[in-house]
Formats: sequence, structure tokens, C-alpha cells
Amino acid sequence: MNEPVERQLITGARLVDPAQGIDGECAVLVEEGRIAAVGAEALKQASGAAVVDAQGLWLLPGLVDLHVHLREPGQEGKETIASGTRAAAAGGVTTVVAMPNTVPAMDSVAIVELVRAKARAEGVVHVLPSAAITKGRQGAELTEIGELARAGVKVFTDDGDGVMNAELMRRALEYGAMFGALFMQHCEDKNLAHDGVMNEGPASLRLGLRGWPKAAEASMAARDAVLAEATGGRVHFAHLSGAQSLEIVRTAKAKGLNVTAETAPHFFALNDGWLLEHPYDTHGKMNPPLGSEADRLAVIRAIQDGTLDCIATDHAPHSSLDKNVEFDKAAFGILGLETSLALALEVLVHGGHVDAAKIVSLMSARPAELLGLKGRKGTLAKGADADLCLVDPDEAWVVDPEKFQSKSRNTPFTGMRLRGRVKRTMVSGRWVYEDGRGILA
Amino acid sequence: MKRLSRKDLLDLESVSEAEIRLILDQAEAFREVALRPVKKVPALRGKTVINLFFEPSTRTATSFQLAAQRLSADVVDIKVADSSVKKGETLLDTVATFEAMDLSVLIMRTSHAGSAAMVAANTKASIVNAGDGMHEHPTQALLDLFTLRRHFGRIDGLEVAVVGDVLHSRVARSDVWGLLKLGAKVRLCGPTTLCPRDILGLWPGAPVKVFHDLREALEGVDAVQVLRIQMERLQRHLFPSTREYSRLYALTSERLAVAKPTCLVMHPGPMNRGLEISSGVADGPQSVIGEQVSNGVAVRMAVLYLLAGNEAEAA
Repeated sequence: MNEPVERQLITGARLVDPAQGIDGECAVLVEEGRIAAVGAEALKQASGAAVVDAQGLWLLPGLVDLHVHLREPGQEGKETIASGTRAAAAGGVTTVVAMPNTVPAMDSVAIVELVRAKARAEGVVHVLPSAAITKGRQGAELTEIGELARAGVKVFTDDGDGVMNAELMRRALEYGAMFGALFMQHCEDKNLAHDGVMNEGPASLRLGLRGWPKAAEASMAARDAVLAEATGGRVHFAHLSGAQSLEIVRTAKAKGLNVTAETAPHFFALNDGWLLEHPYDTHGKMNPPLGSEADRLAVIRAIQDGTLDCIATDHAPHSSLDKNVEFDKAAFGILGLETSLALALEVLVHGGHVDAAKIVSLMSARPAELLGLKGRKGTLAKGADADLCLVDPDEAWVVDPEKFQSKSRNTPFTGMRLRGRVKRTMVSGRWVYEDGRGILA
Repeated sequence: MKRLSRKDLLDLESVSEAEIRLILDQAEAFREVALRPVKKVPALRGKTVINLFFEPSTRTATSFQLAAQRLSADVVDIKVADSSVKKGETLLDTVATFEAMDLSVLIMRTSHAGSAAMVAANTKASIVNAGDGMHEHPTQALLDLFTLRRHFGRIDGLEVAVVGDVLHSRVARSDVWGLLKLGAKVRLCGPTTLCPRDILGLWPGAPVKVFHDLREALEGVDAVQVLRIQMERLQRHLFPSTREYSRLYALTSERLAVAKPTCLVMHPGPMNRGLEISSGVADGPQSVIGEQVSNGVAVRMAVLYLLAGNEAEAA
């Protein structure tokens, strides 16, 4: 099955591919790692091809996740490029953007190349390393943005931290514009967030945990919207979680500014009341923190109206050593890759908020476009890379982290019943994952 | 014998009115022990009690230590500097080590909310929360309730003001839960930064009010609990200066005059004289600050006994 088969015809599935305007039963012919033909043309050219009957399933362009912490180099106890990309494959994700908060930080071409080489050798899906905006992610000096861009880096971010210095951010945007760099901002005003560990509100007051106001996210988003306008640079807001910051992005987009934004599945699936139901459970600790119910509803609204471009996981593996401690001391972050599509289908599609095409747009087409990969990824049009997944949209399953491909187990979704199951994942024409069999590559 | 039907005392939020009454009644019985020449009962004989304090504490640590000793327990006091937690061991591993030495009760004070609950979920020993960050300090609230009940004969119907840094205070949280459960009305008072209106979200529909004017808050109250102001709050811009704080919120005899003439003055200690309370009030006829400390031992004896005591050895 995982041997590269020269030509494969996938038939019977509902192809959901908004980039081509297709949503219906449609065959796809895969040849030499690319999409050779679609629809009637695919059937016409299919003689001699192996046939994959995908009756009852959805056929989606492989998911593109802009926000993944692979932890390698430096924190291989939590995740490696090998394990993280296996988790991606199990989640239907065929391209990940690797965040630069590794040890050492991905702030030079040498480290970016190291990650690429590792990914080529051991990775199961495509890995696009991002690079830090500032050296060592220290927020003080710019990285060699031009060199990094020339080496193919598309996304620049100090993720894990926001860039607090407004002047430095301004210069990064101005300078990076020469190279078409996309600046992904982790919006967190450190003075406002200070030592907060959960959303500031009735739940934090009740639990006696230090509050983190959503203004910490919104104030930096507002500042960067202003800087995007002033510089013409491209700002992408990472993991937005609060109603205020979404309103800022909405306004910025209405003005025609060069800004885009993502949220993470936990921000439309959960609110900070989760911590009252699971007091001090560190799987409810992430950066930014889960918001109020009003924030959660604002995230869904922003998904519907296009304020949010993408869903990205902020997949943040941590070992039990980092999580099985006092809430204040626990690491921020949760796993995302193996639950993201199912959460999107369960909460957003089965919940009646958006249709399947919107999910593909949020999780594949739009992120591919932001990476400059339009036509190659995020679609199964003729000539595109044969990165795809087959999904049973109705199959119910119960989240069990013991079955994850990831090295880590830190998820708040344990025991949750979700509808929507990835059945198979293909990367560059090779099947890499099959439900029940696991990783094939 | 009567026992608490719970393994741990982590907060007052989850403790019922009946359980609070049981503890206060038992404390009444133990109060008498302090008056004996030999202040000992065998109720915890053969049991091991460990006091694990990660924050400096004089009165609470001593109070728990005496309480356990008067119940004839084997008591070990651990201050953070002595413990291996400083050497990188996790809290849960430290507690597992204690458990291997047949621990009965672990009394814990930490600066991290929820740490007592986390330990409780991972050990068979009884955990008594002696203060976890900004969350709760249940035995302090119990001794406050005990002190009020001894003076008024009841809690029901009393109106009690809690003044100061309500936001960061575990004492305030536990006091409010306890007072409400026993039928008191509560007034919270402090500047908007230390006593935000949002805190009312903890007790929806309950008789709790927020005041920013001390005079209004004190008018006609039966008792006032003055909270300690911590100097580190200044660094977080929560108020401009200690001078301004004391001008607005210090409890002075003049301000106390608007309360009922029988109004009791409480303070969980340690006091900043001249900052949140004047010496005149702290040492004045309405102050029960010393009684709070003595009552603390009896209340903590009651808690330890009701959680872990031997059958029929209370006398």
C-alpha cells in the first residue's frame, strides 16, 4: 500500500475543493506525486491505474497547518520531527510550518537547513521551517531576514513570545516587505499578561489563579494593525482567542490592510469554564489562555465572516514532567494535530456553523495561499501536489491520547466524542497513514 | 463518633454548612484543652502529621504544629529551604516520599493556587490547605467564624465587612464562602484595583456587596476583617503609595465609629500597623485579633481530629 504506486484513481468520494469550486462526487487521478487529472478527464485516463474506492468518504486537499511546534532540535523528549510529522499524518495534515522556538532557536539559515534535512530524512509530511524575527527570539536584534527569505523561509515569527519592541517590529515589517516575508505575530503584551496563567475573569477569581486579560492580545494586535498600515508589511496574527482582537482584525481588513489571522481549535471548542469543570487541570493551560464563552462565540463568528483566514493547531507537545505539576509551574500548550480536523467537523460543521468547503478553505486552501503555494497545495486541481486525505465525516470516535502518534499526551480533549475521522492520508502520491494500520511510510 | 466525610480540607467553597458547624462545635470542645495544665489529648496518637510550608509563616505554621502536638501526633515541620523541592524534585515526588513514611495528614502552604488539590488527588493522606496562592485559606476562615460565633452566639444575620486587598486574598475568599454558608451578609471594600466588582461573579445572587468607600462599607456592620496589604502590590501599580492607601482605607477609631458599637475588629495577621489598621484600633477594646490566634489552635485541632482522628479518643 505504501509502495509508490505509479498511477492511482481515487473514486467515489465527495471531493471538497473550494479552490476549484468543486463540492461533489469527483474522481482524482494521481500520477508521479501530482494530480494528473480530475473528474471525467481522470476517469478517461484511468486505464491501468490502481483504483481506490472511497465511497462514502470526503476527499480533501491535505491540510496545511501554519502553526506547529515540532520541538526539534532541543526538546526531543516532547516531540521530534519524526513523531510530530507522524501525528500530522494521522490528523490529515500534509504540510506543517515548524515554529522556531526550538533550542537553539531557528534564527539562522544553518538551523533552518538542519530542520529541513532532518525532515527529509525522517519526516512523514512536508515541513516548512519558519524563522525567528529576532536573534535567539530575544526581541532585541533582527535575524538576517533577507538571507532566510532567500533560503526559502516564508514565515517569520518569535512565536512563544510577541515582539514587544514596537520600533523593532516596525523595522521588521518595513525591511521584510522587500522579501515578501509574512510576519506571524504572537500577540501578547508582556506587561499586561505579566505572570497570568489563565483568562482573567470570574473563573480565575474563583480558582485564585493569576488572571491574563484578553487586552494583552488585543493591544498588540491593534498596534500591529497600525504598523501594517504604516509599513505595508504583511502581518499574520497567530492563534487569536479574544473578541476584542478579532474586532481589530475585522476593522483592519475592512480598511484593506495586509493582515490575516488564524485561530486554534481549542478556541472554538472550549472556554475558560473548562477549568471550573476540571479545576487546576494543566491541560487547560495554554498561551494565549482559553477565553470566555463570549470570546468563543466571537471566534466562531469571525470564522464565519472571514475575519479569520485559517485554523492552525498551535500543536504544543509537552511531557508529563511539564504538565503534572502545580498549575502556575506547568508549561503552556496542548497537542493539536491529531484532533484538529475532528474538532472542526464536530464543532463547526456538525454544529451547523459552516459547511465542509469552509473547513477546507480554513485548514488547507487559505494557509497554502498565505505560504505562496496556491495551485500547488490547498487544492487537488490538475498539476497540484498529490497531498490529500480521505475523511469519514460522520464516524464517531473517542479521543484517547494513548493512541496518538505524537510523543506527548497533553490534550484537554481526552474522552471527548468527536464525529469526523481521518481514514487515509497521502503525501506526494504515497499513502502515509491509514486508520487502523497507523503510519505506513 | 462524628467525622468529616471527606479526606481533605482544601477550601470552604465545597464544604457544607453542616460540616462547618461540626468543626466549630468540635473546636469548642478542644478550646477547653488549652486551659488544662497538661494540654494534650490522645486523639492523633501514633499518627504522622507533616507541616509543609513553602511560604514564610509564623502564626499558621506554629498554630498547626501546636494543634497536632496537642492531639499527640508525631509532627514534622518542613520549611522550604530544607526540602528537596528546592533541589528540583517535583511536589508530587516529595509527597510520595512522605507517603512512604506512613503519613496521615499533610498540611500545606504554597504560593500556587490548586497545589493542595493537586496533591490531594495524588495521595491517600489527608491534605489540609493552609493557604494556596490567592485561592483559599480555609482554617483561617474557620477560626474567624469561630471567633465571631463565640462573641455573637451566631453567624446568621451578621453583617461583616472585609477590607483591603480582596483580589489577592485567600483569606477573603474563604471568609466569604464561610460567612455566606452560615447566613451572614458580606461587604467587600477596597480600591477598584484590589476589590474589583467582577469578584461578585463568584457568588451570584448571594448577599455580597462591593464598596470602594470605607465609610459606606463600615456603616452599621457587626464585624470588620482588615486584610494585610502586601508591599509587592505597589510594584504592580495597584495603588500609588502606602500613604494614599492608608488615607483612604486604614481602619482608624474615627472610621470605626460608624460601625455598630459592638463591632468586632479582626485581622488575620501579620499586621502593618499604621498602614491598613491604626494601633489604636488594633489594640483597642473592639479588637479580637489576639483571640483569633488562640482560637486558631482549637479550630485546627478540630480539623485534624475530624479528618484523621482515632476512634473515641477525643477526650
